[in-house]
Formats: sequence, structure tokens, C-alpha cells
Amino acid sequence: MLERIEQAKKTIHTACEKVGRQIQVMEVCGTHTVSIFRHGIRTLLPENLKMLSGPGCPVCVTDQGYIDVVMDLARRGDTIIATYGDMIRVPGKGGSLESLHRDNIKVVLSTDDGLILAKKHPDKIVVFVAVGFETTTPPSAVAVADAAREGVDNFCILSGHKLVVPAMKALLGSKNDKIDAFLCPGHVSVILGSDAYKPVVEEFKRPCVVAGFEGIQILEGLARICEQIAAGRAEIDSVYGAAVTPQGNKVAWKIITDMFEPCDGAWRGLGVIPRATIRLKDEYKQFDALHRFGIEEVPTEEPAGCQCGQVLCGLMDPPQCGLFGKKCTPDTPVGPCMVSTEGACSAWYKYGR
Amino acid sequence: MRKPPDLSVDTFFSPAGAKEERQQINMDEMKKIMLAHGGGGRLMGDLIQRTIVPKFGDGQSVQLNDSAVVDIPAGKLCFTTDSFVVKPLFFNGGDIGKLSVCGTVNDLAVAGAKPLALSLSLILEEGLDLDVLEKILQSIGDTAKKANVNIVTGDTKVVEKGSADGVFINTAGVGVLMDHADVSFVRIKPGDVILVNGTLGDHGMTIMSQREGLKFDTPLKSDCACLHELTEMLYADLGEAVKFMRDPTRGGLAATLNEVAQSASVNVELTETALPVDKTVQTAADMLGFDLLNIANEGKVLAVVDADVADKAIELWKSHPLGQDAAVIGKTIQADDSPLVELVTKIGGRRIVQTPYGRELPRIC
Repeated sequence: MLERIEQAKKTIHTACEKVGRQIQVMEVCGTHTVSIFRHGIRTLLPENLKMLSGPGCPVCVTDQGYIDVVMDLARRGDTIIATYGDMIRVPGKGGSLESLHRDNIKVVLSTDDGLILAKKHPDKIVVFVAVGFETTTPPSAVAVADAAREGVDNFCILSGHKLVVPAMKALLGSKNDKIDAFLCPGHVSVILGSDAYKPVVEEFKRPCVVAGFEGIQILEGLARICEQIAAGRAEIDSVYGAAVTPQGNKVAWKIITDMFEPCDGAWRGLGVIPRATIRLKDEYKQFDALHRFGIEEVPTEEPAGCQCGQVLCGLMDPPQCGLFGKKCTPDTPVGPCMVSTEGACSAWYKYGR
Repeated sequence: MRKPPDLSVDTFFSPAGAKEERQQINMDEMKKIMLAHGGGGRLMGDLIQRTIVPKFGDGQSVQLNDSAVVDIPAGKLCFTTDSFVVKPLFFNGGDIGKLSVCGTVNDLAVAGAKPLALSLSLILEEGLDLDVLEKILQSIGDTAKKANVNIVTGDTKVVEKGSADGVFINTAGVGVLMDHADVSFVRIKPGDVILVNGTLGDHGMTIMSQREGLKFDTPLKSDCACLHELTEMLYADLGEAVKFMRDPTRGGLAATLNEVAQSASVNVELTETALPVDKTVQTAADMLGFDLLNIANEGKVLAVVDADVADKAIELWKSHPLGQDAAVIGKTIQADDSPLVELVTKIGGRRIVQTPYGRELPRIC
């Protein structure tokens, strides 16, 4: 293990020295962001290698308008809101789910728990706050399929599910073309397959290297990236071969494509990205909370002064935001990047100097 | 081990009418706690006399006066209190009763005191199963007996259904400061060594896993335990070389060490590879996105000692069942302007360890 660490560090330093200029590598995923801080990886990198935190924290890229819709649904008397834990402190326009202090807001660990709630409370409509990328979409799909099969009519999801690759392309295309390479998330890639990054590599000539979340994997992934940049190559590579195949998990991907379809949707910081958000297909409409409650449009709005959008595009480090550490702390978060344990601002605040 | 001082026996709790001749109420027929059990009348007297008192030792240690009288050896008295609310009431490795004894015994122990006597206040929710209460009381009695500490006084209140969550417990405890025990932040200096007696986060992760219904092949088990024997052996053998002790409960090691850094104006440097962790507990924490440094312990003691005695301290702890995984986990170093806690990670990086927010939220993926 020590040998592998030393070898990876040496490769990174040698390659960065050879390149000379500043290299900007974006870790797409929030789990990587936290892991990089937790393992103190930034302290091991050469000065000209800069890590940017990308738009891969599900909470962080969830638009405020979506939160406001969830809040409105929570205030109704006939609903139960089932949500993953890190959503409850994200502030909308009028506070967060946590600040509502309502006992119809339940933190769950799985979509299954949401379905169980629906069966237990037939007089209420359970709304599952369905956010996340390709990792959390299959469970949402399975829950809807189960609800349809078992006739659990009082279950629905508010889909905020998103797709990683279109966001990476949008980022390079219009927001930040200074990103030299991507460190791609292990778990998303298990579903997607590493071939999914082909458009980024082929159209934009940026290396994409898949890594798991252990410190050593991240270091080795970075080493592969630096080697590619030093050699002027842009390829798909993976240091997570044990779990990631080029084609991905076809079964999981089929469930997603059978039940969901891409649509245009708002990403915090990136705005509306074409076909990077997904919604339930028409045949599952009755399980779509928007349809069920007659909500036609999810408003798009961002809190004043909050620079989460800039942070998510890698255009700004969290400490450069005027609110960071002052008005915006993990105790009193203004933007979602400070709320989520996987948010860049929260990680900088917790682990950075 | 020294026998605890003989605590004089008088009467207990003094509920109105408890001593009067009265019709015995068959508790077996009343399976649940009612508001009347806290009303100061016969029902309450019966609950105390028949259900509560017999659970503690031979039933003789509890005193029925408004105040208990405790003989104490000459020296300084340590006095502490703690309240216990936990859901679920019963968890693998313990229950709220055991917790309420261990928590207060440990607060005395880490302050350098030898625990002598505890009070026990129960706040019961109307409708609580009597069986549940009995099990909790039995656990309190067993734990106190094992810790060689008497429950000498107490109180019982019943609140309306919905106003509490089954049982809330408060215990207060008194103890006598041991010879040579001198623990305070101001005695901590750069170059001291930090020890812990075993694996981190076991209690918090057990509670969270049980609440969330997470199951593992090897079930998680709370570390809930009385730590006075560990603290006493350190003071007895190492005396003033022991500078500070604390049981890192809520907020985990991170909260305690940040308090050390701030109060003693030193930096704390932890070594990740030295931190004792249980593999299953680590897996549970990884699944939920938690940092074990932030998670509660109920059977762990952290000690800051003079570097010269670190090996001896570990040797002493390892001789005790609760110290099998004891380890030196870090050291104190000279601080600059603002003291901080840093972790040297497994791969050789460094990162700051902050006081946690106070409520860990399970992550999405």
C-alpha cells in the first residue's frame, strides 16, 4: 500500500513538472470531493495541480425551485414527504424542510422505505423526494414499478434525477473550458459504464479517469490523468476495474430507460441543461408528483449573493464567496453546497484550513 | 477493589401514604404506567416499593427520606448530573437504564473521582409497559452493582402520553476525588500524548443502524460501559502524569479534541492509522457518509498523558477487558494563533478535524 501511494505521488509530481502550467482537474462527484478532503489529498499534490469540485453532489445541483415545491407539498395536510437525509436542511425561499418542524417529513434511507410508508398510511399521499444521479435513479424506478404492480396508488415521486455526462458536456461547452480533465465517480460509472464518457473524450479531448473513493484510488486516478495530460493524450481510463466495465450495468440502465425519459431541467448554477434531467414516462404519470398535484412549472430562483453556481462550475473556490464562513456555515447554510455532507463548501469548511 | 462506604439506610422517596396500611394493589394486573403512578398516592407508593426499590442491590441501599445521607471519606467531593433520552430504549449492548448509570459513573471517573452514590429520576410516559420499566430498572440495578455504586435516592414522575418518549432518566452522582488526581485543560502541554481505550463510534453507529433498520452479518454493538476501573488504574499507577481525561460521548472524539485544543491552546495531531475502529462499524459509517470521529461513544475514555508514561498507560489498559484495543492515537503540539485538530491520513495527507454540527444526516448516495 505504501509503495502504491509513493508511486502514485511520484507519477503525479513528475507529470505536473513536465507540463509546467497549471493543471485543473475536476472531480465530478461530491463523494470524491469529501473523500479528497478527508484523506488530505490536496496537501499531497504539486502546486500546479488544482482540484475543482464539480456538479456531482445531488443536493447541490438541485434547484431552489424544486425545494420550494417540496416545501409546498409538505405544508399540505394530505401528504407525507419521504426524503434522503441531506435534503432536509437545504433552504428554499421560506426555510428548509427541517425548519418546518412537521411530523409528515420523514428521513428515509431507501425508496423502499418510502413505499412502506405509503402502505402504512393509505390515507396520505407519500411523495418521495427523488434526487440524485444514475446511482439513485434505479431504486426510484424500482419503487415506482413496485407501486404500479402492487397498486399502491398513494405513492409518487418528485423526480429531480439528473444525468452526469450531459452536465459535463454543458460545463465544457459553455461554462468553464479551463477544465483539463475529469476524475469520474466510481459508483455512477458502475451503472453507466466507462464508455459513457466517450463524448467528453472525443468531442472535447479531455481525459476521463474513473476511480473509487478510497484515498489510494483517487491518487492513482489522478496519476493516470496527469500522465495523459503530460503525454498530450485524452482517453477513457479506470483504476476501478473491479467494479466498472465499459458497458456498465445493463439491467439497471434498462430500468432507467424503460421508465424515465430525458427532459430539459434546471441545475443550480448551470441553469437549464438540455436533456440532462429525467422524468417519468407518460405511462407512469400517475406516480409523478408534478402530475398528481397539478404543478405545471418548477420555478427557478437562486438566493441572493449565493455563489454555489460558480463553485459548482469550478469557477470559484468556496472561500472566495463573500458568504463563506460568515453568513453561510454548516450551522446556517445559505446555499446547498454548504448543506450537503458532499457539498464543496461544506467540505472546505470542515476540512480545509 | 475497595468496598464502597456503608450508606446508612433509612427510608425511601417518602411518597405520601406509602407506609400506611392499605389494600395491596396487584401490579400484575396493571401492565401499563398510568398518570396515577406519579400522583403521590398509593399507586405510586406501590410502584416504588414493589417495582423500583427491589431492583437495586438488596433493596437496602435506597433511602426513603427526602434526602439521602451519604458517608464520604475525607477529601474533595465531585458532583455531576446527566439526563438520558435514547431511541430505541433497548439496543444491542445496552439500554437506557445501563446508559444512565454508566454515563454518570463515567463523568465522575474521568474527573478523577471514585464514584460513591447516584440519584435516579424517572420521567415515565403514560402507557409505558410495566414490563419495559422493569427491564430498565433491572438493568440499572445490575449495572450499578457491577460498578460498585449505590442508588441512594430518586424521584418518579409520570407525564401524559405523547409528552415523553417512553422513559426519560436523569441520574446525578457524587464521588470523591482520588489521591494525585489532577485533571484540567491547563495541565496539557505540547508534547503530551493522547490515548483512547478502544474502537470509535460503536455506540452511535449501533443506535443509528438500529433506528434505520440497517443489518450486518456481524451485528453492531454499543460500547456502553462503566469506565471507572480504567481511570482508577491510571491514577493509581501514573498519578499526576495523567493530565486530562474525558469520555467522548456526543460529538465523538472530534468534539472532545477540539475542546482540548481550544481550552489548552495546543494543536492536536491525530494519526489515522492508529485510530482503533471496528470494521463493521466503519462500513456502517461509510454507508451513511459519517465520520467516526464525530460519532458518539459510551464506553470510551480519552486520556492526555505525559509522553514518558504512554507505554505504561497502554500496558495498564490492555490488562483490562475494556482496554484490549487501547492505542496511542496522537499528540499535542505547539499551536500558532488559532489552535486546531489535524489528522494525518492513511495516505500521508493532512486535514482538519472540526467540532461536528450536532446532527449527522445520512447522505443520498
